[in-house]
Amino acid sequence: MISDYSELFGALRPESALVLGALAVLALDLSILRKRRHASRLLFAVLVAGVAVVVAGALAVVGPHGSIFGGALIFDRLAVATRIGVLTLALLALGIASASKSQRNPAEYIAVILFATSGLTLMAATQQLLLAFLALELASLSLYVLAGFDKSRPGSAEAGIKYFLFGGMAAAFLLFGFSLVYGLTGSIELPAIAERISAQPHNPLLMVALVMVLVAFGFKAAAAPFHLWAPDVYEGAPTASASLIASASKLAGFTFFTRILWSGFPSAAGSVATLHFSAGWLPALAAIAGFSMLIGNFGALAQQSVRRLLAYSAIAHSGALILGVLAAGQFGTGPLFYYAATYGLAAAGAFGVIAVVERTEPCQKITDLAGLHRRSPLLAGCMAVYVLSLAGIPPLAGFFGKFSVFAAALRLGGLAGPSGWLVILAIALSALALYYYLTILKQALVAAPADGAPALDVPPIAGATLLAAAGLIVVFGIFPGLLLDLF
Amino acid sequence: MNALPCTIYVSFAGAAAALALGRRSPTAARVGALVSALLAWGITLVAAFRFVPRPEGLQTLVDTPWIPQMGIHYHLAADGISLTLMVLTGLAAVAGILFSWNVVERTGEFFAFYLALIGGVFGVFLSADAFLFFVFYEIAIVPKYFLISIWGSTNREYGAMKLVLYSFAGSALVLAGLLWAYAAGGAQSFAISDLAMAATRFTHAEQVGMFGLVFLGFGVLAGMFPFHTWAPTGHVAAPTAASMLLAGVVMKLGAYGCLRIALPLFPTGLLFWQPMIAWLAVIGIVYAGLIALVQEDFKFVIGYSSVSHMGFVILGLAAANVRAVSGAVLQMFSHGVIAGLLFAVVGRMVYDRTHTRKLADLRQMSLYKQIPFAATVFVLAGLASMGMPGFSGFPAELTILIGAWQTSPWCTAVAAVGVLVAAAFTLRVIQASFFGTAKQPPAGAAPPVALPPITLPEKCGALLLIGATILIGLKPDLLLDLIRPALQAPLFQAALGGGAP
Repeated sequence: MISDYSELFGALRPESALVLGALAVLALDLSILRKRRHASRLLFAVLVAGVAVVVAGALAVVGPHGSIFGGALIFDRLAVATRIGVLTLALLALGIASASKSQRNPAEYIAVILFATSGLTLMAATQQLLLAFLALELASLSLYVLAGFDKSRPGSAEAGIKYFLFGGMAAAFLLFGFSLVYGLTGSIELPAIAERISAQPHNPLLMVALVMVLVAFGFKAAAAPFHLWAPDVYEGAPTASASLIASASKLAGFTFFTRILWSGFPSAAGSVATLHFSAGWLPALAAIAGFSMLIGNFGALAQQSVRRLLAYSAIAHSGALILGVLAAGQFGTGPLFYYAATYGLAAAGAFGVIAVVERTEPCQKITDLAGLHRRSPLLAGCMAVYVLSLAGIPPLAGFFGKFSVFAAALRLGGLAGPSGWLVILAIALSALALYYYLTILKQALVAAPADGAPALDVPPIAGATLLAAAGLIVVFGIFPGLLLDLF
Repeated sequence: MNALPCTIYVSFAGAAAALALGRRSPTAARVGALVSALLAWGITLVAAFRFVPRPEGLQTLVDTPWIPQMGIHYHLAADGISLTLMVLTGLAAVAGILFSWNVVERTGEFFAFYLALIGGVFGVFLSADAFLFFVFYEIAIVPKYFLISIWGSTNREYGAMKLVLYSFAGSALVLAGLLWAYAAGGAQSFAISDLAMAATRFTHAEQVGMFGLVFLGFGVLAGMFPFHTWAPTGHVAAPTAASMLLAGVVMKLGAYGCLRIALPLFPTGLLFWQPMIAWLAVIGIVYAGLIALVQEDFKFVIGYSSVSHMGFVILGLAAANVRAVSGAVLQMFSHGVIAGLLFAVVGRMVYDRTHTRKLADLRQMSLYKQIPFAATVFVLAGLASMGMPGFSGFPAELTILIGAWQTSPWCTAVAAVGVLVAAAFTLRVIQASFFGTAKQPPAGAAPPVALPPITLPEKCGALLLIGATILIGLKPDLLLDLIRPALQAPLFQAALGGGAP
């Protein structure tokens, strides 16, 4: 292996910026801000972290292209776009965190968000199993901490431990799968693996390894039947953590596994285009997609808690996103990225609205949003944009995301095979989904506020963040070419 | 003509303006909304007067690449059919604003949703790209939910949710059909003409399946039996202006989608489904009419009558010859005006004053003495709705029946019975609502409170709509001369056979 460390360092400048930013946040908080009020410590940490993320974003834009460090990292269009997408979503999470109620250790919280972000950006570009696993674990461990960060609430601890146990199990599966792959091919580099697998595509041991990779994928994407952690974590975790888990982590996870599967095992993919589909990981993934859409949409119908509803909606969206993975091999990753990124904006934004409402009173049930239009027209308007985008109403970005993914999946084989049937299922379920999305908007825009519910004041940073997210959803919805041109 | 796209922009800008003005004062929001609606209507009228048909049918207004990666264009175009319906939309929008002058709760938001809906409708009528068509079609769905569930009456949350879910499920079917056609056609373009070209290469099974999905999806919104049940509950729950728009314009979106997309794209599919659609239409006409005959709620009568009249439109489309289809378009216009008028009388003139819609209660009131203007308007609207000569319903339904006779005489015979049923339920409701005999109040009871008089905006709105239905009733060629050449366009040749009318 050619080990050019300066090249590696140059390629990882965004991650370095994030880590340095995190250390700066910690150091400043420990030294000069120690005696200040909680609110100003939080504000300062968010500002420093925001600068770090913006710098990282700028470095990612001008960053390297092509294969780096002997092929351990690859900066193709998908990697660059995902890095920038993850950083944007992390900025959103920081804005949401700035609105969170007095939580102990604000600087540590913000620093862990930055560490998680650096893991997620690294996940976007790895092309080698060992580095991939390290990046995944860097991100995951930080996210476990974020989920359980609120020590004052048992719910948060429960979320943290559940997320950790499920995640640890999934990571173990993934690592076992990787070790089998290494045993089969003698390599940890995806291009080399792909080459050697093509000689033995139906090796039973390979199938075992692929199943293990898919288990980890299912966990990371919150796809059924590996979705059980999602509702509890979304419900219990601090709101900013939930927004990061729902958005940036999902985007990076989809990029990560799409790359592993399509670059590492294209010859073992099988086919889902026609009725006579051949065995491989595509049919298994198609089954996961179908399960996720069914369980997500029907599960969401029964929810009373707005956070659990968002979790089940996330499960349903995972199913639809997996359709994009199915089509990515033939028709590119553009639709998949567009969908995952704009979904992240909408989901994180919805959590942001919840975070601001929570400053005055708890916001768990859907009815806690009652009369939002009277209590804060800004929040109600933003919530309408996010929820309608999740429901897939044009001209918002959620519509075109679904549309482009469905179009790509249908092009695989028309209605002649499982990919086409899944599209029909997804379209049918989207009509069902509108029902539960409208129950949120019914409270937010139609219902009168509860007696004595005070007007909500929106902190400027959080307000600007939410407006920016809504604006991006509208702009990307009306001009999808802006994102598709990246591919 | 070239100003037509501005109708879309004016409506959306009006929506934003109404939202902003509503924060200052309700009157400002009303005036702002009225100005933008008048402006849009004026544009459509000028374009209709200056319109010169061309043999190619649709005349392009704007055509720029929008999402080049998927072959999607921002392509707006108009022909006589779209112009007819745009004039109707402008008229219905203006009348609806006049009839909702008394909305006091969240006035700015009301007009914002209202105008956003109108903007979506204008967009649908102008789209020449199937993707763009679909986008505008869906933009028009969501505001309906809020209009009904915030400002509606009886059972409004149920009515609103049912209406929106039916509409959205219908549009999901359309999306499935369009995506299927797009993928099967090689994913080159969403332009309607390109899709029609690609569709000539589809197999019979594909054509049948795609036509079924798309026509059924649009048919739901057009109130096709047995998927019409959203319409009466939705109409009844909606506030007056929203009922007027729903019956007057939104149901036309469905029929227009059938005509603009399903027919030209999948002529072979049409041949397969034709008899079934025709019979469903006829069942809708008669069944909804019979249901209207026994309703005890004034607004439900009008709601079911809408379904019945829309059945004629679907019958005309299913007959698939130039005469029947031109009649169907004329009927869309005519029903849009008449249904608007009927809902205005029921919702605004009667219900807002008496706070009841039960025919049994209204019988006791002898309303013709208290609000003679409303009674006159309703009698005229009722006559128009029955299809009396001199009103627009007569030429429209007659043209449809003559055209449909050429394809399926049996259907037509049964549909003609529907005309009789319509006369029956209309006469019944006229009698019961306005001309009942007041019981003598028991001695010593307080004298009944006088109803507030009919206001100026109501009078203006009613006169506009009555004027339109009489004008078209006396001179239907004003519109038929716009519609017929459009149906001779090459795009319709495969479906309509291109035969002389």
